[in-house]
Amino acid sequence: MARGGPRNKMPQQDAAKRVKNFDEVALGYTEEQAIDEAERCLNCKHKPCVAGCPVNIDIPAFIELIKSNDFTGAAAEIKKTNSLPAICGRVCPQEEQCEKLCILAKKGESVGIGRLERFAADYEAAHSTAEAAVEPENPGLGQYNVAVVGCGPAGLTVAGDLAKKGYSVTIFEALHKTGGVLRYGIPEFRLPRNILDREVKYVESLGVKIITDIIVGRTFRVEDLLRNGFEAVFVGSGAGAPKLMGIEGENLSGIYSGNEWLTRINLMRAHREEYATPIKIPQKACVIGAGNTAMDCARTAMRIGSKEVTIVYRRSRSEMPARAEEIENAEEEGVKLMLLTNPKRFIGDEKGAVKAIECLRMELGEPDDSGRRRPVAVKDSEFIIQADTVIVALGQNPNPLIRSTTEGLETQSWGGIIINEETGMTSIAGVFAGGDAVTGEATVISAMGAGKIAAEGIDQYIREKHDITTE
Amino acid sequence: MCSKNHGEMCNLAELTPDSLKNTIVHKEKLSPVLTLFEIRAPLIANSAKAGQFVIVWTGEHGERLPLTVSDWDAANGTITLIFQEVGRGTIELGRFEVGDEIPSLAGPLGQPTEIKDFGTAVAIGGGVGTAIARPVAKALKDAGNELITIVGAREKSLIILEDELRSFSDELIVTTDDGSYGRKGLVTEPLKELLDSRKIDFVVAIGPLPMMRAVADTTKPYGVKTIVSLDAIMIDGTGMCGGCRVTVGGKTKFTCVDGPDFDAHEVDWNELRARKAFYFEEESKDRQATLAGGDE
Repeated sequence: MARGGPRNKMPQQDAAKRVKNFDEVALGYTEEQAIDEAERCLNCKHKPCVAGCPVNIDIPAFIELIKSNDFTGAAAEIKKTNSLPAICGRVCPQEEQCEKLCILAKKGESVGIGRLERFAADYEAAHSTAEAAVEPENPGLGQYNVAVVGCGPAGLTVAGDLAKKGYSVTIFEALHKTGGVLRYGIPEFRLPRNILDREVKYVESLGVKIITDIIVGRTFRVEDLLRNGFEAVFVGSGAGAPKLMGIEGENLSGIYSGNEWLTRINLMRAHREEYATPIKIPQKACVIGAGNTAMDCARTAMRIGSKEVTIVYRRSRSEMPARAEEIENAEEEGVKLMLLTNPKRFIGDEKGAVKAIECLRMELGEPDDSGRRRPVAVKDSEFIIQADTVIVALGQNPNPLIRSTTEGLETQSWGGIIINEETGMTSIAGVFAGGDAVTGEATVISAMGAGKIAAEGIDQYIREKHDITTE
Repeated sequence: MCSKNHGEMCNLAELTPDSLKNTIVHKEKLSPVLTLFEIRAPLIANSAKAGQFVIVWTGEHGERLPLTVSDWDAANGTITLIFQEVGRGTIELGRFEVGDEIPSLAGPLGQPTEIKDFGTAVAIGGGVGTAIARPVAKALKDAGNELITIVGAREKSLIILEDELRSFSDELIVTTDDGSYGRKGLVTEPLKELLDSRKIDFVVAIGPLPMMRAVADTTKPYGVKTIVSLDAIMIDGTGMCGGCRVTVGGKTKFTCVDGPDFDAHEVDWNELRARKAFYFEEESKDRQATLAGGDE
């Protein structure tokens, strides 16, 4: 019987302490908490939660295993369809997916599915002595090579799924480290590096080869991969081109894109003395935008010792696109919100560095295409706020490198690669794509979902091409 | 390894991290602060074109350094980098020796320099910029231009590649600020004389910012197409971070993917100078510590 009642709170590092370190904020359930939370699950026959999972984890099944104390079994159940459970348990917006469809959410709080997923994955990592070797389903497929462009969540998923089927997979990564946005984008207080490393190792343990420092489109092209050894190519190059405001003064020094700010700190560790990449500790930082990346930028700015960090957002609180939990965390850590405010221009000092932002007050008008009320500037409402650091975190467009160097690759007017939604195949036979390169900036889990579809599509494509009938 | 001939590639599915080790095969000190590396990098050597750069990462504590490719040999599978040991990153890089492996080397990046037969072309290299001007100058010559090369530096020991440049240039002019070699003065003086005395169709200048800016100012009244190769601060080098943005013709461009070559007459030089100088204090401190502390 389900026990009912409220869900188990996630233990967290105290805000005053955590704002001074980069350690993980959420500490994870204990075994007792996990079992107690699992017991809230009604184990519904029709499993509504599964429909909300982009990678189709059999959620009630793994929760049942937690109930019965088989934590390792629970992890194995999740890994049947998700190669990166410790990551998903941390960064998925579960409240918009599986947990939203949980029967318990109708009357009260849903089962903490994400927290349980994280618990199972972490338990397994802490208690398994060696990663149990996964036998490929069909070793005969090993003669077929698949190239994956980009070592982010989409690429790791495609690679993991295809390796499990038996294919030989090589991931080509442009940066000097693995993980893509999971490493340069998501801060370690949300996704500790040892967990990311562990998940990447797991994918490697499936036989996937990862080669860094290869910029597909420049070092060689997609067509070179198809001509020189690979049956199929998956493009998971992400949304690596920052959107800027296009207003006066935006190129003053001290103005960063969210990507630059996070890359300096997350990938290059600029905030640490022994690392060569420089960064200036802000007195007063303003982050423009209110999505998850903006929260990450603001919370990172707090942690490196900024005196004051303010989120500047043109709509009101209820339109903020970030997860409620992230906004709450940011506020607890001292990040201020300046809502219904939009920068008009950036003002520089005599050295060409930003010193202030001229802003406009906004009010909400009629709903726009996104269904959110359109912000409208209030006439003559200009005012100045001081800032020695500005981080523009307004999202990203797909990186143009692949589309500009791959002949015949059809893209949307805004740059997203066009695919067949059923198979993930692009306009070029044998070339597949998924994740932010297709959708523009979205979530880790949607990229993984797209990776799963493409892995099936690639499998089917190679089987048809070579007339393979074996299961 | 693969890629013995330009345009021909090996089976890319056989690549492994081990097969792609960037081993230094030759090192030469061109001057007390100028170092040349020839590095095994067959994939980059196979696709590099004049004007493109690579990103070098020297190890866990290092930064990602953009360095323009000075030469490449597709048959041998090597590229040549020439760099000036000015900051922590380049000083640390200069400590690598023959046989060492560069932890990370990625490229070629950026748009290749537009090369065609303009007519009479002037290629100008300032200091270590001469290393980058070399392949551009060679490509201009090969494309059929009459090529005049001007090489400038602070003093004699910083003049590099003179013999090689002389071998394919129709005319070579050397200047030093202090007069210790060649003509005394800046590269813009002979440039102005050329512009006054004959028809110049194209100028490309690669070197320190003030030199490129002075070249732009010199050619502008003559309306001669002038290209500069900018060295903005970069991190990823692939268009992801936007740290290298520069205003050209009133529009924001990313040096790493839209450049590094831009129309010299359209570049917002003040903004570029400010952005390049932003971390001056941090860089100076790091440089001092690197010089004092050995590898740390």
